[in-house]
Amino acid sequence: MSRAQGESIAVATDKDVVLARQAIRRAAQGVGFSIVDQTKIVTAVSELARNAVLYGGGGTLEWEPVAQNGKTGLRVTVSDQGPGIEDLAMAMKDGWSTGTGLGMGLPGAKRLVSEFDIASTPGLGTVVTIARWK
Amino acid sequence: MERIPILRMGRYLLVTIQIEMDDQIAIRLQEDLTRMIEKTGARGVLMDISALEMVDSFIGRMISQISAMSRILNARTIVVGMRPAVAITLVELGLTMPGVRTALNVERGMEMLTAAEDSDDVPRAG
Repeated sequence: MSRAQGESIAVATDKDVVLARQAIRRAAQGVGFSIVDQTKIVTAVSELARNAVLYGGGGTLEWEPVAQNGKTGLRVTVSDQGPGIEDLAMAMKDGWSTGTGLGMGLPGAKRLVSEFDIASTPGLGTVVTIARWK
Repeated sequence: MERIPILRMGRYLLVTIQIEMDDQIAIRLQEDLTRMIEKTGARGVLMDISALEMVDSFIGRMISQISAMSRILNARTIVVGMRPAVAITLVELGLTMPGVRTALNVERGMEMLTAAEDSDDVPRAG
């Protein structure tokens, strides 16, 4: 069962991260993104979903097609009610080993999308909203 | 427990990732490969990722670690079949995977492994 506009799934386990990738891949195809752009947004979502599972105690993935100023795209939100991020600036810096993947989740995801917003309150949780335009 | 099968091809090992890989499966693959290289004394590993539609920082790091680990165990890892969309995304992600060798397909990967072994056997001067 799915709604015409906007859908969501819970992400709690490793396997849910795979489901998240598949859901966003389908959504991105639905919007008509090129294979390369699909791959970029799926990769970004994979990073965010993993963070929610590993650090957020599980979270929710929501997505919807969007249109603005004649452009179409996809907006995705990953939110959790975990411990939150104490130092956002640190979290958004690339990990110490450049090129090897460690610490690359958030800054990496940001590089793959058109819009990136993160809000976090220690003790309450984290919400990351990304959007990619065609 | 889902495992990615590791096949022996002479003195090389072939890993074909054909399933959607979650982090647990990736970690298990790293452990299984380490064990297999030690057990068989394999001189090379071909990792076929042509079915992977996406490589993110965790999977990329796993590939880098497998490459480094195999080198310590006297084997070379060649990653084959990386999709263009994946390669483009990795560049933009900034995940360069230093030290990871790639080839277009298994055949080319085998040629690279054989050539690397030949050059390993060349005695050094002095």
